Amino acid sequence: MIWDNNFAISVFPLLLEGLGVTVQITLLGTVLAAVLGLVFAVLRRLAIPVLSPVVSFLVVFVRGTPLLVQAYCAFFVLPAYGVSFDALTTGVVVIGINYSAYMAEVYRSGIQGVPKGQWEAATALSLPGARTWGRIILPQAIRTVVPMLGNYLIQMLKDSAVLSAITVVELMATAQAIGSSNFRYLEPLTMAALLFLAVSYPASRLVNRLERRYAPQH
Amino acid sequence: MSAVIDYAPLLWQGLLTTILVTVLSGALCVVVAFAAGLARLSRHRFLSWPAGIFIEVFRGTSLLVQMFWLFFALPFFGIQLHPVTAAVLALGLNEGAYAAEVVRGAIASRAKGQTEACIALGMEPALRLRRIIIPQSIPAMLPPFGNVMVDLLKNTSLVSLVTVADLTFSAQMIRSTTGQTTAIFLTILVVYFVLSYLLTLLTGWLERRFALDRKALAAQRKESRLMKVGAA
Repeated sequence: MIWDNNFAISVFPLLLEGLGVTVQITLLGTVLAAVLGLVFAVLRRLAIPVLSPVVSFLVVFVRGTPLLVQAYCAFFVLPAYGVSFDALTTGVVVIGINYSAYMAEVYRSGIQGVPKGQWEAATALSLPGARTWGRIILPQAIRTVVPMLGNYLIQMLKDSAVLSAITVVELMATAQAIGSSNFRYLEPLTMAALLFLAVSYPASRLVNRLERRYAPQH
Repeated sequence: MSAVIDYAPLLWQGLLTTILVTVLSGALCVVVAFAAGLARLSRHRFLSWPAGIFIEVFRGTSLLVQMFWLFFALPFFGIQLHPVTAAVLALGLNEGAYAAEVVRGAIASRAKGQTEACIALGMEPALRLRRIIIPQSIPAMLPPFGNVMVDLLKNTSLVSLVTVADLTFSAQMIRSTTGQTTAIFLTILVVYFVLSYLLTLLTGWLERRFALDRKALAAQRKESRLMKVGAA
């Protein structure tokens, strides 16, 4: 018998624990990415000399390099300069920054999608910049962006497995550890895959529904 | 910086492996994308259902899990893959599943009149697809395909975790022998960035090359040139 059912059942609780960490990383990472992405998008749009081009370049650079290498950089390079966090924090920050670069792009398209008349009306009413952004532009921009954020959340759930390489003990790392200590990789890896699927598939169905609900109403 | 210069040959070897893995899995990705994307569109359930399951499973689970599964779990079925084979298979199937959705979406959004015209002209379904529908869908597929390819390139860094000696793997090796972490990792970050930038340039070129109105634009230019000559 290739598949050992008893072994599979015995390691299932451990894997569930790993899944918990994975979900935790995803949620924290998404919050970080959503906030940072918004900041980046607004900074780029404001066209501040020096700062905006630098932010633009950073966004493109982060999008053009692998998450794994970014994670290695944060994990191995930063401690050399006296900055060190535990693996989990590093992982959340790295994946959050990585995804913020993608989300900045999503926000940008959302901001661009706000009709020009809205800006003009805000100017005509002589609203200060902060209120124009906070009360007029962003509420309209973010509405169209919600489903895309959902898609990135699902993507991040799967990408968080990469963080096992910098010793974050999430689902993938748990499966790997079980595999190497018992010399049986089939069960833990298969179940890890099924657990990923069990979370991401319903989530993507949900996002599809959100997409229809938040479709622009023009 | 000295470590980077001393170990340049090793980094170069790693870079070549990265490019090799990218090209091989990119080719597999395109084949898988068309096979699964077209099967998904098929009216026959025994084609479209398996394709749907394949797409959902490979999009729904993590690439790293798939790679490890092919490398560590498959031997339990008596199949021991070479690390590069396992890496290329995982990358090609995973990104292929994403690209299959691109193929499906691009073809499904074609104007219906084209299909109707083909039927009116008595074209067989296979001919219709090959001569009319697919060529028309390619310009719509190219931008998202470009994104998939850049993703694939970046994801090749994961193959270092199944012992394939790519750029990331070499960097890790040099890091552990020299300890010059900053220089090494910044170097490979820049190398990856340049590679993905080149890939975007290539996609941009292909997009212009396959633009639907390319011939129309060229003809227009020629005509306006002739008019100018005529006026002079």
